[in-house]
Amino acid sequence: MTELKPIGGDPDKRTEMAAAKPGDRDETPRTAVPKTATRRRQLEEISELTGKTVGHVRCKEPLIVAEKVNVFYGELHAIKDVTLEIANRQVIALIGPSGCGKSTFLRCLNRMNDSIESARVTGRITLDDQDIYSRDLDPVALRARVGIVFQKPNPFPKSIYDNVAYGPRIHGLAADRAELDEIVYSSLERAGLLKEVRDRLDEPGTGLSGGQQQRLCIARTIAVNPEVILMDEPCSALDPIATARIEDLIDELSENYAIVIVTHSMQQAARVSRRVAYFHLGMLVEVDDTDRIFTNPQHKLTENYITGRFG
Amino acid sequence: MKARAAELSTRGTRKAVEAGLGRRHRKETLFHMFGLLATAVGIVFLGIFFFSLISKGASAFTQTFIELEIEFSEEVLAPGGEPDLQYADYDALVRDALWREFPAVTDRRERRELTRLVSAAAGYRLRDAIAENPDLLGARQRVSVPASADIDMLAKGNIDRNQAAAQRPLSDRQLHWIDSLAERGRLQTKFNAALFTNGDSREPELAGIQGALLGSFYMLIVTIALSFPLGVAAAIYLEEFAPKNRWADLIEVNINNLAAVPSIVFGLLGLAVFINWIGIPRSAPLVGGLVLALLTLPVIIIASRAAIKSVPPSIREAALGVGASRMQVVFHHVLPLALPGMLTGAIIGMSRALGETAPLLMIGMVAFIVDPPSGFTDPATALPVQIFLWADSPERAFAERTSAAIIVLLAFLLVMNLAAIIMRKRFARQW
Repeated sequence: MTELKPIGGDPDKRTEMAAAKPGDRDETPRTAVPKTATRRRQLEEISELTGKTVGHVRCKEPLIVAEKVNVFYGELHAIKDVTLEIANRQVIALIGPSGCGKSTFLRCLNRMNDSIESARVTGRITLDDQDIYSRDLDPVALRARVGIVFQKPNPFPKSIYDNVAYGPRIHGLAADRAELDEIVYSSLERAGLLKEVRDRLDEPGTGLSGGQQQRLCIARTIAVNPEVILMDEPCSALDPIATARIEDLIDELSENYAIVIVTHSMQQAARVSRRVAYFHLGMLVEVDDTDRIFTNPQHKLTENYITGRFG
Repeated sequence: MKARAAELSTRGTRKAVEAGLGRRHRKETLFHMFGLLATAVGIVFLGIFFFSLISKGASAFTQTFIELEIEFSEEVLAPGGEPDLQYADYDALVRDALWREFPAVTDRRERRELTRLVSAAAGYRLRDAIAENPDLLGARQRVSVPASADIDMLAKGNIDRNQAAAQRPLSDRQLHWIDSLAERGRLQTKFNAALFTNGDSREPELAGIQGALLGSFYMLIVTIALSFPLGVAAAIYLEEFAPKNRWADLIEVNINNLAAVPSIVFGLLGLAVFINWIGIPRSAPLVGGLVLALLTLPVIIIASRAAIKSVPPSIREAALGVGASRMQVVFHHVLPLALPGMLTGAIIGMSRALGETAPLLMIGMVAFIVDPPSGFTDPATALPVQIFLWADSPERAFAERTSAAIIVLLAFLLVMNLAAIIMRKRFARQW
């Protein structure tokens, strides 16, 4: 179910989405050629996509509130009227078939879509009651508060130390070398990497194994002390052991941070998240507590997806 | 039924693949041979080129000298009792020494022929010798003076003795004198230092490439100082900051076109703008450098853009994700990773600039200039132009100097390319 994708994830995804007409994916599911009856039923299910989200989009003490968010890539309407609240100190998983817009939504939360020229975002997203798309807010300041970990581990081609120290350095978080050391060590410690790299902090971060690189990226993100950590399929390039370590780490980090994780693995969503949001064709179909989603989904599409009928 | 069909079709696949294998192998072998052939042809021609160049040019690095017993007579050097070492008639000393060597020659015409055995610059040697050691005044000492170009050619075997006297540059008498000097062990072959310490000259035995080397050097400094920062800045702007619209496409097309514009056109532009309009003196390395900078700018921009493009987007995203501004992304991450590629582009551009001749002809760097330039606005020539000038000269001795200058130019290029490789290795980082 976990799909390996080439570098950078999103640029490829965009072309994929642009190439495929909306709806393509569901009319021709990847499993065997559907019998006519199944096909008709699936078409009916699509007609159920009314844009109304079932379940509970609201939560207690929301940190991020997205109201009627729409994203366009040029002509393509990638996200349609998504309203979602994300609570502090909690993990929320975004799931859904490929090209459903979950990564796009994730990248709206720290304005990573800004770097794509054709991308346009409407609606309102607030972090701590502050509109993150307002003109007064510098995306640099936002990204210091909302960190992101990507699908493919992407440490800088610098030493392990410099990788972690980069964020604090550019934001001026450390007054002197001792403070910087302190930040680097504690970040590596919290990312569960310190024991493995303590003696080789000056070696290049790119020399680590895939799982260690991803933990290094997490250390780099938490070194800035953000309020939210976004994770875009952080384990899809990792083996099961490294994945398990990252999942444990997510669990620990959720005590301090709001974590939004995009994943293709339902098991992972079930393991690490408290809430799950199911996206389909750019719409948010269902949001609820993880237990409810996996045991008693309200929407037919959600049920189809989590039972492996498509996706 | 289904299983049967599947079996049939797999067997069909196997058959078809096996039938086609021979053809595929033949094609692969053929392609392999083509590649080998192409490489071999290239290497053979390179070999021929180097062989002819070195066999013709190597002799220019040595020079024939005649050792003469010079009497530094006070009569000549200090005619009024006061020695005038700067402007004394040193040529007279050389003449006297030669006449003493061959006392039998008394006829004025013959004596003049005799003095033509040594270079016109022989007197300067004596001046330098006495300047170094003032005690020589009034003494008698053996001094090596450069032989004339014709004698040099004879010694190097480039003049055929058996030709009719009217057709060779040396008379029978001169041949006889030279032979007797050789018998007495007065002919010497030494390293031709003048080739590297002199500027251009009408006399081949005095002509050197220092002026051209310095001219090329000053030009390249101007070129790299202008085109590298400008090219890199343009590439960064176009790749990282400029909006991708029709204007960007237009600029891209124009830059690519500019890289293909014949270099002489840049020379005309330099003549019109830098010399006629701005008023920089002609023949100056400054103008040459400016023109070559324009010439290499598109090459550097294209190479730098390619280098920037090859930096993986994941690195940019990582930096943006930590909260780096676009400037910080460029200067902390993109630039260090793209630097090796940019340097390679710059060196390729510089190599091209170093070998460029046509635009320099347009801005007057083709003039006959004896004094090596001592700055950016002194008149100068450049190495390739010097080669062009010497190749144009009828004297035999200039032919070997042409080859020698080409060897020096190639060595210069080799050094630059080596520097490029070393720098690339040094700055290359893995990701």
